[in-house]
Amino acid sequence: MTFDPTVVARLGLILVIFNMLVLSAAFMVWMERKVCAYIQDRPGPNRVGFEGVLQPFADVLKLLFKETLRPKAADALLFVIAPIISTATAFAAFSVIPFGTETTLFGLLAEPVPLQITDVNVAVLVIFAITSMGVYGIVLAGWSSNSKYSLLGGLRSSAQMISYELSYALALAAVILMAGSLSLREIVVSQSGMWFGFIPRWYIIPQFFGFIIYMIAGVAETNRSPFDFPEAEQELVAGYHTEYSSMAFAMFFLAEYVNMVTVSAVATSLYLGGWLGPFLPDWLGWFWFLLKVFLLLFFYVWMRWTLPRYRYDQLMEFGWKYLLPAAVINLLATAAVVLWLEG
Amino acid sequence: MVSLNHYLILSGVLFAIGTAGVFLRRNLITVLLSVEIMLNAVNLTFVAVGRYLGTVDGQIITFFVMTVAAAEAAVGLALVISLFRHKETLSPDAFTALKW
Amino acid sequence: METFAFYIFAGITILASLFVVGQRNPMYSVMSLIASFGALAGLYVLLDAPFTAVTQIIIYAGAIMVLFLFVVMLLNASREEAAPPVTQLVGRTGLRIGAVLSLLLGAEIVWALSRVGVTRFGEDPAAASVSSVRRIGTGLFTDHAFAFEATSILILVAMVGAVVLARRER
Repeated sequence: MTFDPTVVARLGLILVIFNMLVLSAAFMVWMERKVCAYIQDRPGPNRVGFEGVLQPFADVLKLLFKETLRPKAADALLFVIAPIISTATAFAAFSVIPFGTETTLFGLLAEPVPLQITDVNVAVLVIFAITSMGVYGIVLAGWSSNSKYSLLGGLRSSAQMISYELSYALALAAVILMAGSLSLREIVVSQSGMWFGFIPRWYIIPQFFGFIIYMIAGVAETNRSPFDFPEAEQELVAGYHTEYSSMAFAMFFLAEYVNMVTVSAVATSLYLGGWLGPFLPDWLGWFWFLLKVFLLLFFYVWMRWTLPRYRYDQLMEFGWKYLLPAAVINLLATAAVVLWLEG
Repeated sequence: MVSLNHYLILSGVLFAIGTAGVFLRRNLITVLLSVEIMLNAVNLTFVAVGRYLGTVDGQIITFFVMTVAAAEAAVGLALVISLFRHKETLSPDAFTALKW
Repeated sequence: METFAFYIFAGITILASLFVVGQRNPMYSVMSLIASFGALAGLYVLLDAPFTAVTQIIIYAGAIMVLFLFVVMLLNASREEAAPPVTQLVGRTGLRIGAVLSLLLGAEIVWALSRVGVTRFGEDPAAASVSSVRRIGTGLFTDHAFAFEATSILILVAMVGAVVLARRER
């Protein structure tokens, strides 16, 4: 069997992206603790490695050495499957996100390979579908643990996720309306160029409210503060992952951080122009992409340690009574403006 | 080579499994799940024949079938909940009297 | 390659559906049905219908099955009682008539399958020019616009009905 270099390049790309996601989760652990510490006016982890950079690896080692428990009354099959579903859906959603233009690996490849695992022409819907499958990990974790805290946490968390999925989808729909395509690569490409020579044509400018709605829905989707009531330590012990320990707990953790990265990456592609940026040549576009994703992740962490937490009924009321009508009005306004500009 | 026959036979088998589930199961929720299987078999037929005829109408009809299935699942489950509250059981054999 | 994928997806669908119908635990039935829907989405992709595949996952596996899961957890339906044996339900004569009818059905299916020719799929027309999502959208809003609007009323009615039916009586 001959080694087709394009196939090898694509497989290598999958490996690179997978590792990038795992490392970004580790990086997020470090960044979260450092930023939290600076916000709280204390130094944070600074013993393990320079400025505590190796702290996440120390955490993983600690979790690996812990005993993996399973409650006797827990439903064995579902207890094991739940973290697998969470993690698998979190990673799978990254498969259609483009983070650069085509590359030929400095001329090694005959034909260029786009920096993306695959590009389907319904990419935005694929991300939405895979994210909505992530609810099952949480629901099954809550149910199969057979404990009151877990069940309550699981039910509340999944109800919150499916409520905010609607506003998420409507914010996406407004951008799709403006771009005229469902493929993420085409949406990014349609944001190239500038108005008046210096304002980039990113969709955040005409869709500013859509961006805010999307970020709020994204934060609620990933169960992060200020919407993390179902897993808050002070309220529910630890919510749906109370009964999990060691590697299974690490998998839930990993899934949550990778979900955050996915939401930020989708927001970057849809609203912030993806890999487009001013000074660098086209093939270095991935640098801008990573920078923008990093900015959004920093925003996530900043929000967690600054804002107080919403109570559960306040959270649901906000999602249904305020955010959903706002998303619908945003979509209608976008549709009206697009129709007016074309007719 | 996969032809239209393959898809039609598959959807026939699925429909038969769903029908068997509706008749043989003694649990209301599983009965509703079997109805969903039947609806999916029908969806598969629509999409396969639509592909064979080269139109996109098969997928459009599938869209409507999915919406109707969602509405029917919602109302059916609401009925199951309200029935359960009366008799504390999910077996369809318990609901044989015409009044509570 | 496509044949291989078809048989894998078809096998998963049938196996998962058999689990749904044969399983005693409703929770496992729901999970098997989700697996069956996933395999069906794969079959839709093979049929050049990516939009239908993604919609299947979003609506069926992502929303309807979550609803089923919530109801199963809410009602705490663990295991069901075993079904009464079939002889008790239909009696001896019923069994005999049933056996004859199923033999007839089997013979008819075999006869029909042996006579039919193989209908192959043609090339997907206009697949390269206009994306299928665009075609679906155009069809939905022009030819089938009335059905589309009627579906929205149907969903509203179902929502109101579900809320009223599941409410606790005071």
